[in-house]
Amino acid sequence: MIYFDNVSKHYTDNSVALHEVTLSVAPGEFVSIVGHSGAGKTTLLKLLLAEEHPTQGAVYFHSTDIHQLRRAHLTKYRRRIGTVFQDFRLLPNRTTYENIAFAMEAAGRLDDEINADVPHVLDLVDLGDKMWNFPHELSGGERQRVGIARAIVNQPDVIIADEPTGNLDPINTYEIVQILKKINDLGTTVVLTTHNKGVIDSLGKRVITMDSGRIVRDDATGRYVL
Amino acid sequence: MILAIKRIIRTGFVNFWRNGFVSTSSVVVMSITLFVIGSLIFVNEMLDSSLNLLKDKVDINAYFTIDAPEESILAVKSTLEQLDEVEKVTYISREEAEIRFRERHKDKEIEIQALNELGTNPLLASLSIKAKDPSYYERINNFLQSDESTVSQDGVPIVAKVNFNDNKTAIEKLQKVIHGIETFGLAVSIVLIVVSIVIVFNTIRMTIYISREEISVMRLVGASDAYIRGPFVFAGIMTGLISATITLVAFYPLAIWLGPGTQEFFGEFNLFVYYTQNFGEMFLIIMSSGAFLGALSSFLAVKKYLRI
Repeated sequence: MIYFDNVSKHYTDNSVALHEVTLSVAPGEFVSIVGHSGAGKTTLLKLLLAEEHPTQGAVYFHSTDIHQLRRAHLTKYRRRIGTVFQDFRLLPNRTTYENIAFAMEAAGRLDDEINADVPHVLDLVDLGDKMWNFPHELSGGERQRVGIARAIVNQPDVIIADEPTGNLDPINTYEIVQILKKINDLGTTVVLTTHNKGVIDSLGKRVITMDSGRIVRDDATGRYVL
Repeated sequence: MILAIKRIIRTGFVNFWRNGFVSTSSVVVMSITLFVIGSLIFVNEMLDSSLNLLKDKVDINAYFTIDAPEESILAVKSTLEQLDEVEKVTYISREEAEIRFRERHKDKEIEIQALNELGTNPLLASLSIKAKDPSYYERINNFLQSDESTVSQDGVPIVAKVNFNDNKTAIEKLQKVIHGIETFGLAVSIVLIVVSIVIVFNTIRMTIYISREEISVMRLVGASDAYIRGPFVFAGIMTGLISATITLVAFYPLAIWLGPGTQEFFGEFNLFVYYTQNFGEMFLIIMSSGAFLGALSSFLAVKKYLRI
C-alpha cells in the first residue's frame, strides 16, 4: 500500500534527513516509527503527505508515485490520508463541529452527510458534548481527540499520527492510543511516530526504529529499543 | 459548484466576523485609502473646474475699421466659426459697443459727456473670439492678419487691431500654469494612490499571515486551492465594500460642510452639488475600487501560503 523506494532527503549539503530508506506498509497494518529527535521520523511522514519532495527515490501509494501527482490530484490523494499532529493544528476560529465539518466540506461532501457524520464521529472520540466549543476552550487531550475525529471523518485509507501524544499526560496518552487501536481494528492502516516507550510496548505491533536518517531495526512485534 | 460558493461565502463571512479586531483594522486602513482616492477625484474636479473658468475668461478681440461693412465682418465671423480651433465667436456691432460703453461707465460722468460731445460713435465693431484651447490663439491671430476674408474689395485690411499681443504674455503664462497644475496634480494623485494601495496590500497580507497555519492545515486535509482561497477573497471583498460604504457616508457631511467654501473659492464648483449630482459615478468608483483592492490583495496574499 505504502512503499518508500530508496528515498533520501537532504535539506542542505550537510544536513541529511533521510538516507536511502526503503520500507513498505501493508493495508490494515499498525506501524510505529521510533527514534531520537532528528532521526528522520517527521521527514518520513512529510514525504508521505507530499509536504516535502525527496532528493532521491520515490514514494508510492497504491503504486502511484505521489510526488509526480499534479496539484488537483494531490488534493484528492490527501483526502485519502488522515493526519493527526502533535500540536493538534485545529482551526482556532472554528468550533469543534466546524473543524471536522471543514475536512468534509473540503472533500466536497454534501451538507446532509456532514450533519449526519460529524456528531457520529464526535461520539466516537467521546466529545459529543463539546461540539460547539472553540479549540481554546478544550483541554490538550480533547483537542487531540478533535484532531483524530477530523482525521477519520472522511474514512481515509491511512491515518498518519505524528507524535500525537507528545503534548499529553499519561491518561490522555492512553486514551488516544486506544482510539488509534480501535481505528486500526476497524481496518484503517495507522502510521504512528512516537518517543513514548510505554505506548510502543503496550501496542505490541510492528516497530521501525530510525537513527540518523536510516532504518536500523524493523520488528514485526517490536518493543521500544534505542 | 453552488454548494462550494455557498460554503465559501459563509466561511468568509464567519471568518470576517470572528476575526473582529483584525477585520476592523483592515476596514479602517481600506477606508482611509478609499477616502484618499475619493478626495483626489474631488480635488481634480475642483482644479478642472477652476482651470476651465480661467480658460473661459481668456479670449481675443478683433476690432474692425470704422468703415468696414457689417456683411464683411459677418463673413469673417462665419469663416472663423468654421475653424477647428475656434469655440465661439460673438459679434459686437458699433451700436452695441456704444451701449456697453455707456452701461459700463454709467457712474462716470466725464466719459459719458465726452462721448456725447463727439456726436458720432467712435467705437469700433469687434468680434470676440474664444478658442477651444488657449494655445490656439496665436494661430487665430495669424489667420486674422492674413486671411483674404479680412481684406476689403479694395485690398484694404478691415481688421484694425487684434488685442492678441496685449494678452499674449498673460495667455502664455496661464497656459504654463494650467499645464503645470495638471501635471503636478496627476503626479501627486498617482503617488498617493500607489502609496495607499501598498498600505492596503500590506494590511491584508498581515491579516492573512495570521492565518498561514490554518492555510497549511487546510492544504493537508485535502482542501483545493480555490476552496482555501475563496473565503479570504470573499472577506477581502467584504472589507472593501464596508470601507466603501463608510467612505461614501463620510463624504456626505464633509461635502455639506465644504460646499459653500469651495463655491466661494473656486467660483462655479460646489463640492456638495458635485457630490450629490455625481453620486452614482462616485458610488461605482469607490465600491469597485474597494472590492477590487480587497479581492486582489487577498488573492495575492494567500497565494504565498498555498505552496505546500
